[in-house]
Amino acid sequence: MKAINLTVNGEAHKVFCPENITLLTLLREYLHLTGAKVGCAAGECGACTVIYNGKPVNSCMVLAMEAEGAVVETIEGEAKDGKVSPLQQAFIDNHALQCGFCTPGMIMSARALLDENPKPSRDDIIHAMEGNLCRCTGYEPIITAIEQAAGGVR
Amino acid sequence: MSYIGKSIKRHDGVQKVTGRAEYVSDIKLNGMLHAKILTSPHAHAKIVNINTEKAKALPGVRTVLTGQEENTLVGIYMVDRSALASGKVRHWGEAVAAVAADTEEIAEQAVKLIEVEYEVLPIVFDVKEAIKPGAPQIHENAEEYDYIKGVFHPEPGRNIANRTKVRRGDVEAAFARADVVIERTYEQPQVFHLPLEPHGSIVQWGVDDNVKIYSSTQSPFAVRDLFAHGFGLPRNKVEVIAPYVGGGFGVKSGIHMEPLVGMLSKRCGGRPVKFIPTREEECTTLPARQGMVSRIKTGATKDGKIIAEEAEYLWVGGAYADYGVNISRAGAMTGCGPYDIENVKVDSVTVYTNHVFGTAYRGFGHPEVFHGIERQRDLLAKELGMCPVELRLKNLLMPGRKTITGELITENTGRVDKCLKLVSDKLKVGEGYTSQQLAEMKKTGKYRGKAATVLQKSPAMPTSSASSAIIHMNEDGTVHINVGGVDFGQGTYTVLQQIAAERLRIPIEKISVAPGVNTDMSPYDWQTVASRMTVLCGEAVCIACDDVTRQLLEMGAIALRASKHDLALEDEHVYVKQNPHQRVHYSKICMGYTYENGNAIGGPIIGRGKYIAQGLSFICPETGQGKTALDWTYGAHAVEVEVDTNTGDIEVLQMASCLDVGRVMNEAMLKGQVVGGVLQGLGTALSEVVRYDDKGRPLTRNLTDYKIPTFKDMPGNLDVSYVETPQLDGPYGARGVGEHPLISITAVIANALANATGVEMFDLPLSADKVRAALRQAK
Repeated sequence: MKAINLTVNGEAHKVFCPENITLLTLLREYLHLTGAKVGCAAGECGACTVIYNGKPVNSCMVLAMEAEGAVVETIEGEAKDGKVSPLQQAFIDNHALQCGFCTPGMIMSARALLDENPKPSRDDIIHAMEGNLCRCTGYEPIITAIEQAAGGVR
Repeated sequence: MSYIGKSIKRHDGVQKVTGRAEYVSDIKLNGMLHAKILTSPHAHAKIVNINTEKAKALPGVRTVLTGQEENTLVGIYMVDRSALASGKVRHWGEAVAAVAADTEEIAEQAVKLIEVEYEVLPIVFDVKEAIKPGAPQIHENAEEYDYIKGVFHPEPGRNIANRTKVRRGDVEAAFARADVVIERTYEQPQVFHLPLEPHGSIVQWGVDDNVKIYSSTQSPFAVRDLFAHGFGLPRNKVEVIAPYVGGGFGVKSGIHMEPLVGMLSKRCGGRPVKFIPTREEECTTLPARQGMVSRIKTGATKDGKIIAEEAEYLWVGGAYADYGVNISRAGAMTGCGPYDIENVKVDSVTVYTNHVFGTAYRGFGHPEVFHGIERQRDLLAKELGMCPVELRLKNLLMPGRKTITGELITENTGRVDKCLKLVSDKLKVGEGYTSQQLAEMKKTGKYRGKAATVLQKSPAMPTSSASSAIIHMNEDGTVHINVGGVDFGQGTYTVLQQIAAERLRIPIEKISVAPGVNTDMSPYDWQTVASRMTVLCGEAVCIACDDVTRQLLEMGAIALRASKHDLALEDEHVYVKQNPHQRVHYSKICMGYTYENGNAIGGPIIGRGKYIAQGLSFICPETGQGKTALDWTYGAHAVEVEVDTNTGDIEVLQMASCLDVGRVMNEAMLKGQVVGGVLQGLGTALSEVVRYDDKGRPLTRNLTDYKIPTFKDMPGNLDVSYVETPQLDGPYGARGVGEHPLISITAVIANALANATGVEMFDLPLSADKVRAALRQAK
């Protein structure tokens, strides 16, 4: 067991955890933030995407011990003051989710994209989102949702 | 109508975009243990000995279980699968032993300490060999298994779990007088459903056999029924909860890991035990779609009328037939597609092999059958020098004619011809390219081609499969709908809200559908499968709304001192038709009405609705004749592809898909089903294949080796349209549509490939390496 200090969704945490766990396990099992999902545990599906020091990462591929001092944003921090964000609203409005299991990861990848590139082209979106798999929607409505969020006010 | 057909947003959107939607893997219970399984490293082997002593001695291990100690047989149609392998293993990845421990890590360590001695047996991988006399048998005691007699027809001693036959007319005589006969064989590998959420389950088998199960399932009531049946428990002692479910596509129907996890919990004094399969276990322990080898022989006159068709469908059932026997049965019923053919012989056979076992997958056998059937139509057109669209139009089923199983097609059954014309006109299928375009193709080596295919599907379900709904009114006149079917993404609950808003004249935001299903509280629903929810559960909600309406009018009559006949509903009020200002808000009557002096009458309004398909029959075991279809949803796809003859890559430039949905209930969500289903079908067509080595060991155990379509694999442009021929017994005329977009995708791509390059390919997938090899061979 070792102590890790990190900031998650703006809150500082000191977590005592084994040295061999991933950031995903830390978030889900120690901070009880279960929005990031375990789809493959091998960095292949994107369902566990969080924003880690400003970049989208598969949190199953980051060791918790690496996260000392890290700033992490998860899906739980996306809605503010009891309201969904415009990006989240755009997902709802455009039917960009069905079963919802990939959705937190999708939204975090899209959030990271829009933070870095507020006006992405369709190709930019496809390139940025390629690592997030969805078996339900066929992706098209997700692209539309991100385009709409980019066109609207953040 | 104000709500039907509108693109109402998902009922659960906020829960899902905020990460608050709770799936089984997110649930933690007090005292919960974690399970891991040891799986078979052989595709077919006798279990000689299992030693669990070292595993049991590991601190933190609470129980270790093998199939020799305790077991149960499970299966929804063919009860042939035990919770843990017993005596022998029949596929690589089969669960052999299980551990429950304080943590996942301890359980994983313990599993590694279990020693199993195997005696390897010869494997059976080729369905054609498997059914030959003398082939090694995968289930030696097949005749002892329980199944529905008269519905399924196993042939013990031949590795055959079921044979369904369709016989109509005289095929031999018709082939003899046909001008053209073509016969082809098509091979399709197993594919994975691959919902992103694995099959999670948590089971708490408490004192006095009270069992509580949390399961990622499409079928909470089937889980309850099969679990209780397997362990001899009364249904009221088993509670199954399906919280949010992260996709299924069929792989979460029936029953899966719940019995095993239940046995572990029972052995641990009723502590809850959680088991979440790894992605590798999802790919090797849990089922896939069956593979298939089909041989189809078609006879036609020279003017293009199909007069005979003979099909043999050999399904790669894998190690257990469980669900597979009903898939082969469904395949037989649809065996020649939506065509009017007088002479038909179909044999559809589920064959045991040492593959991972097969189960229901979106389309339930139809995508596999239609691959061969719709390839066959284009091959026949080519042979006859006809336009393939014309050939289809000449042979499609029209009102007044009968299906191959003798069902009469009426004006309201749906119009496959309209769907086909619509999509082929949109993409101008059948029209050639200009000489300039052709010259350009020759120069670049990128050849374009077009094709169109048709499709049909009806739900393949027991004749008695039922749905029900309960509607409660709350104090303020808002409404809760409670159903036993699962919304695992397809959007059923939103459609049910629309129906209730429409019928009860209440704004949709005042109607909620209780999320998740709990078999102790939700009304019964057979299973969420077969594209049956909008129709069967939708009808149940219609009837429950009518029950609520009747009660509102009764109470309104008291409150308004009017005859019920003078009353109607609008805008959350009961009002007097001739004096609309005389009205009473639902909130004043839905918990009972209180007179001015305090006397009260009535009570809470609760509506009840139930529905069962009318008039379905068993089929004749010899001829397959009978009525099995609740509804036939027809459709068609057209596509234009570009084939890079240098690399073998197929790019989908544009597509058009059209379905006769009866009635569009929610256009945006309907389009979501089509766009998602088409891309899933393109995966089957172009890249997806479950691979094994020569010892039957699976090679595709993760998402790197098994590729599903990504953002980069979307078709260029997908035009989605609908025909609306109302289904007389569907709510507002609607019929099922969830599975259909995936059907006939593989054939339309293969047909377009042939149109582009002249190269005919029969087997799947049409991956670049195989296409390139075929192009080279054709040169």
